Amino acid sequence: MAMVEPRSTKYRVLASHLGMLAFIAIILFPLLMVISISFRSGNFAAGSLLPENPSLEHWYLALGIPYTGEDGVTTQPPFPVLLWLWNSIKIAVVSAVLILALSTTSAYAFARMRFAGKGFVLKSMLIFQMFPPVLSLVALYALFDQIGNHVSWLGLNTHGAVIVASLGGMALHIWTIKGYFDSIDRSLEEAAIVDGATTWQAFRYILLPLSVPILVVVFILAFIMTIMEYPMASVLLVDTDKLTLAVGAQQYLYEQNYLWGDFAAAAVLSGLPITVIFLYCQKWIVGGLTAGGVKG
Amino acid sequence: MITETLSSPGIESRHSMTRVFLKWGALAVLVAAALYLILALYAQREFVFAMLFLVLTASAVAVFVSKKLYAHRYIFPAIAGMGLFVIFPLMYTVGIGFTNYSASNLLSFQQVQENLLSRTYQSEAVRYDYQLFKTEEGYVFWLEGEHQNLTSTPVNLENGERSAPVLPVSGTPQGEPLSIREIIQLRGELSELTLITEDGRELSQASLRSFAAIHPQFTLHDNGSLTNNQTGVTYFPDQETGFYRDGDGNALSPGWTVNIGWDNYLKVVSDPSIRGPFFEIFVWTLSFAVATVIFTLALGLLLANLLQWDQIRGKGFYRTMLILPYAVPAFISILVFKGLFNQNFGEINLVLEGLFGIQPNWFSDPALARTMILIVNTWLGYPYMMLLCMGLLQAIPRDLYEASAMDGAGPVNNLFNITLPLIIKPLMPLLIASFAFNFNNFVLIALLTGGAPDIIGASTPAGTTDLLVSYTYRIAFQDSGQNFGLAAAIATAIFLVVGALSLINLKLSKIKV
Repeated sequence: MAMVEPRSTKYRVLASHLGMLAFIAIILFPLLMVISISFRSGNFAAGSLLPENPSLEHWYLALGIPYTGEDGVTTQPPFPVLLWLWNSIKIAVVSAVLILALSTTSAYAFARMRFAGKGFVLKSMLIFQMFPPVLSLVALYALFDQIGNHVSWLGLNTHGAVIVASLGGMALHIWTIKGYFDSIDRSLEEAAIVDGATTWQAFRYILLPLSVPILVVVFILAFIMTIMEYPMASVLLVDTDKLTLAVGAQQYLYEQNYLWGDFAAAAVLSGLPITVIFLYCQKWIVGGLTAGGVKG
Repeated sequence: MITETLSSPGIESRHSMTRVFLKWGALAVLVAAALYLILALYAQREFVFAMLFLVLTASAVAVFVSKKLYAHRYIFPAIAGMGLFVIFPLMYTVGIGFTNYSASNLLSFQQVQENLLSRTYQSEAVRYDYQLFKTEEGYVFWLEGEHQNLTSTPVNLENGERSAPVLPVSGTPQGEPLSIREIIQLRGELSELTLITEDGRELSQASLRSFAAIHPQFTLHDNGSLTNNQTGVTYFPDQETGFYRDGDGNALSPGWTVNIGWDNYLKVVSDPSIRGPFFEIFVWTLSFAVATVIFTLALGLLLANLLQWDQIRGKGFYRTMLILPYAVPAFISILVFKGLFNQNFGEINLVLEGLFGIQPNWFSDPALARTMILIVNTWLGYPYMMLLCMGLLQAIPRDLYEASAMDGAGPVNNLFNITLPLIIKPLMPLLIASFAFNFNNFVLIALLTGGAPDIIGASTPAGTTDLLVSYTYRIAFQDSGQNFGLAAAIATAIFLVVGALSLINLKLSKIKV
C-alpha cells in the first residue's frame, strides 16, 4: 500500500472503474450481439440486444435438425456444423497427441544430453518457427500431392495431411517443455542411471511423471492451435464433409448466400467450448503463449 | 518401477532379444516402404521429392543404427517433421520463385511431350457410315466406305469389350439394324470402342452414324520438333519460355516449367501493373503491422497499469472480461465482425444509423476497410499485450513509484520516466515477434475482407486491404492464371524480412541454450 496518497485518488479510482466498465461493454458488444442474433428468427432481422420474439430455428439448424417454421416451411441445415466440429476435434486431438509425444522426447534430449549441433538446432528452431506456413503453401500443396500419389491417406483432401502438416509447428512446444525440464533437478535421474537404469527408463519413469503439468499445458496449447489453424487446412481440404470448422465457418457469410443468423448459432455452439477451455486453463496457457508469442 | 524391470536378468535378456528383433524388423519395414516411395518418385521424374525422401530415410537409418548418435534418436522425429514441413517447403518455394511454374506451365517437359504425342484427331478422308446388328454372340458392325465395306466380329459391348478387328466384306448385311434410339442408349460404350482394320489402322466413332480413322495429332522428329499432322505446322521446343512454338511464335498449350532466373523479381520491379499494387500493398502491410503493435501495446499497457493498481477492487472479474477476446477462437470472432460490419444488415451500421444517421461502406471504401481491419485487430490483439505487460510490471520495484510520488509526479510522468524505460528492454523481442506475426496476419485478411476492395489496374488479384501474404496467396490460389512462380518470388522476399526480424530478435532476447 502506498504511503503517499494524492487527494484526487478517490476520483481517479472511480474514473478507472467507470472507464474499464465502459471499455468492457464495448469489447463484449460483438460477443453478446452474436448470442442475441442466434436467437432471432430469420437471417436478416434487426432488433435489440434482447430478441423480442426469441426463436430456436438457428440452433436447430446448427445442431443438424431440420426446422419447420410457423408458416410450415421446413428448412434443411445449410452446413454440417457438427461434422465440421467433429473433424476439427479429431484432427486436433490426434495432432496434439503426436506433437506432445515427439516434442517431449526431443525436449528431453535438448535438456539432458550433450550432442553435436545442439545449440545450433535449438536456435534455428526459434528462427524457423517465425516463418508462417501460409507462405510455403504452394510447396506444401505440391508435397502432399506427391505423397498422395503413393500413400492415399496422406494425400490432398485427407485429414492425415492436415495432421501431419501441423507437426511443422513443434518448435515452440519443444522450447516450452525444455524450459520446464531445465527447471527440474536432474540428480534423481542421475541416481537412477548410476543404479543401472537406461536413459530411456530415467526419462520414462522419473522425469515424465514429474512433468505432467507442463504436458497438459502443451497438449491444450497444441489442441487449440490446431483447431484454429486456417491457411493449411483451407488449401489441403476440399470436400464439404472433410472441412474443419475454421475453414467451413466462413461459408455462412458469402455475399450471395448470407446466413447471418445460422452463422451466429453455429459460432456460439462451436466457439463456446473452446472459449471455456481457454478461460479455464488460462493460468497455465498464458505463460506458454506469452513466452512464444504465437497469437497476435 | 525401475527395480521391477531390473530384478530378473533372465527375463530381461529374453525381452531384449525380442526387442532387438522388433527393432530391426520395424526398421527394415520402414526402410522398404521408404525405398518404394523413393523409387516410385524417381520413376516419375520427381527428382526433388525423391531426393528429399532419400535424405530423410538415410538420416533416419543413420540415427537409429549408430550408437554415437544415440541422443539424436530423441530429436530425430521432431527435426524430421520440421525439415519436411517447414524447411523443405521454404526452400522449395524459393526455388519455384525462379521458375515460370503456373497454370499454363504446370507440367514437366516430358509430361508435355507425352501429352501432345498422345493426342489424336479423326480423319476427314477415311470415314465409314455404320450400322449395328445385334446377334446372339454380340454386336456386329457393318461399315460402309467409299471403296470397300467392312464388318466386325461380334463384340460384347455390355461386358466391357472395347476393341474389335474389322475385315473387308462384300454383299449386303443380313437382318434388321439397330434403331438410332438403341444406338444412343449404347453411346457410352460406342465412344470408347476402337475398330482395327487389317492394315492396323484404328477407327473410332465420329458421329452417331459414322466411324473414322484416328491419326496421331503430332509426329516427333529427331531434332525435337513436332509436326501437326492435321495442319502440317512444325513446332520447336522453346526452353526459354517453356512452350512449343511455330515459326511465327505461336505457342502450343500446355507449356512446361522452366527456369527463368530473376524474371519474376524483375517483373515485380518493372511491370507497372504489378509494381504499383505491390508497392501499395507493401506500404499498407508495414503500416498495418506497426499500427497494430502500437495500438495493442498502448491499450494493453494502459489496462495492465489499471489492473496493477492497488486501489482497484474486483481484479479477477476485470481480468477475465478483458482477456475474453483472446479466448474466443479468432476464426469465429473475425467472422462475427465481418457480419457486424456488413453495410446493410450489420448491427454496427444499425447503431451508427440510429445515433448519427450514417451508414459507412466498410467493405467497399479503402480507407474505411483499413480502419475496420485495425479496429478488429486491436480488439483481437490487446489482451495479449495486456498479459505481457502485467507480467513485466510486476517486476518493477514498488518503491520507485513511492519515490516519484514524493516528488509529486503524476501517472503520466511515472509512465514515461519509470515504467516504459524499465519494461521496454524485455518487451522489445516480443514486440518484434508481434510485428512479424501481424506482418503475416493472413487469417485476419482472408476471413474479414479477402483483400477487397480491389486495386484498379492490377494484372493480378490485388486488394487495398491485402497484406503481402494474402496477396501471394491470391496470386497462387485464387487467380485463374495461378502464377505460382510470381507468388513464390514475393514469398521469398517476405522470407527475407521475417528471417531478418527473427535474427534481430534472437540477438535482443539473448537466449541461452
